[in-house]
Amino acid sequence: MESSARIRPPLAELGGGALPDWASYGVIAGSALLGAALLAAAGTLSVALLLVLTTVLSCSAIYIWSRLVEGSRRALDRLVTFLIVAAFGLALIPLLSLLFEVVKRGLPGFDWEFLTTSSRGVIGGGGAAHAIVGTVVITGVAAAISVPIGIMAAIYLTEFEGGRLRRALTFFVDVMTGIPSIVAGLFAYALFAIFFGPGIRLGVMGSAALSVLMIPIVIRSSEEVLKIVPNQLREASYALGTPKWKTIVRVVLPTAFAGLVTGVMIAVARIIGETAPLLVTTGVVDSINTNPFEGRMQNLAVYAYSEYRTPGVMKQASYDRAWAAALTLIAIVMLLNLVARLVYHRYKTEAH
Amino acid sequence: MLRPTEATRGAETRNPMTQGQQEATVSGLAPTEAAPLAKTVETRDLSLFYGDFQAVKDVSVKIEPNRVTALIGSSGCGKTTFLRSLNRMHELTPGARVEGEITLDGENIYAPGIDPVNVRRLVGMVFQAPNPFPTMSVYENVAAGLTLNSRRIKRAEKDEIVERSLRGSHLWNEVKDRLDKPGSSLSGGQQQRLCIARAIAVEPEVLLMDEPCSALDPVATLAIEDLIRELKSRFTIVIVTHNMQQAARASDVTAFFNLEETGKPGRLIEIGATEKIFTTPSEQATEDYVSGRFG
Repeated sequence: MESSARIRPPLAELGGGALPDWASYGVIAGSALLGAALLAAAGTLSVALLLVLTTVLSCSAIYIWSRLVEGSRRALDRLVTFLIVAAFGLALIPLLSLLFEVVKRGLPGFDWEFLTTSSRGVIGGGGAAHAIVGTVVITGVAAAISVPIGIMAAIYLTEFEGGRLRRALTFFVDVMTGIPSIVAGLFAYALFAIFFGPGIRLGVMGSAALSVLMIPIVIRSSEEVLKIVPNQLREASYALGTPKWKTIVRVVLPTAFAGLVTGVMIAVARIIGETAPLLVTTGVVDSINTNPFEGRMQNLAVYAYSEYRTPGVMKQASYDRAWAAALTLIAIVMLLNLVARLVYHRYKTEAH
Repeated sequence: MLRPTEATRGAETRNPMTQGQQEATVSGLAPTEAAPLAKTVETRDLSLFYGDFQAVKDVSVKIEPNRVTALIGSSGCGKTTFLRSLNRMHELTPGARVEGEITLDGENIYAPGIDPVNVRRLVGMVFQAPNPFPTMSVYENVAAGLTLNSRRIKRAEKDEIVERSLRGSHLWNEVKDRLDKPGSSLSGGQQQRLCIARAIAVEPEVLLMDEPCSALDPVATLAIEDLIRELKSRFTIVIVTHNMQQAARASDVTAFFNLEETGKPGRLIEIGATEKIFTTPSEQATEDYVSGRFG
């Protein structure tokens, strides 16, 4: 074959000019200014409208500018980047707004008295110590029930069962995930009513209700984590003549430890704010009760609810305490997440 | 029992046996003095299945103690499956099945009432990719076989076994100052030698190696090959390799596996002294394979 050189223009002529580094920010700033000017001219200057207008303007502007200078591929890349950032911002707005609102309204009622005193015998004052104690005890007992059951079920699903039974179990776990929380509460109530008669209210009933919600979450997250433990590690252990149970306890679980803890923390964070199932199982009470097997128990979510529903004489003080309870709840969840992250970074292995 | 590393690596200078001696015995090699640990592995009409698919058909072979036996053949011809059946790892795959017999010094390891866990304590294995336990330190990795098998031993004794095993796998000098570091912090070649140390720490009778050098660079490969030649004084070694030079350099006996055609089970075509397999094989298929004309 004749060796004919392929004719092509030099690389530099194939296009691919570049926008300046500040292009993205410049376009956004320009769009915002232009949008503000337009809205001011129309006489309807509002933050929401400005954000929408800025997004639309900057997306169009960056696409057209980039298309002219950099070509269609880079232009599309920039457009999609803008759209994704906009979507991210949209998702962030409710979260930030919620946090801001809770902190703003919660701080006035959030003081030492709120954290350390109960509402027993106090009219229009007092704190949420009983609710904090109740939340910790109820959630702790729920975790103590759910974590062993959930992790052992996950071990069964990943290490022992591969066939039809596994698919059936996974299906039912998924169904369990979808159970409305009030149904879980009524289930726990009905269960305990059989043994203790109707009208019973115990902390452990709340824990039982929360366990129904927590177990499927623990199973699902643990299963995912155990599945990604490399099979080579199991084989290495078997090849040393290690029995299966010991391989699971000494090799698989330690390797997955960080992921398991994270999963449990997510499950705890998910159930700690439950209100409906606890209303019907643990009741409302004003004094500190640390025994989940006797008497009613208060918790933060129910406390916030009842402070708002029956505010008493000094309405504003009650509302403040409700918001402070919400703030406390969020703080506890954030603390748990922080602990989970620390544990994860301390114990993570290559497998995870 | 450890001998110093042999200085020469060429296949022609490696084996001190003469041609006449090689033809004298079944395997083509004169018997060597057997170390107490090493045992003979023998298979009779061994067929291996994954569900309905037959991976290996009718393999009858005698693997001599204190020799390195290399299994060669193209991909998918059942070498690894065969190797994994020797310590009952094959049956860990769901649907896997074994027909025929494998004996360890005359005792059928597939007989009813034999616990596969006990078989695996006697027949150790080193895998293709280094797989140290990521949650354990270098020391704990080597001692894993002892601690996982809940043998109660004194700390001093454990220290001694760990040191001996790491010396045995030529890793001691490199890691003696960082025994408490994670096993995964070592380089690939070091990790594989760590896995070998872990396997020999439990004093198996047979050591199986499934392409132990395929994930390593040439320098690390040579280090492991030296080690393999040295370890044969203590163990019966079976090694699967895709690397012909490796089979030629490191093994005494070579077994060639092949497929009749795609989709059919793999079979043992020929087994004999490595020199013979690589120079004057009896089967045409073997000659085609070792000379690179096929596979």
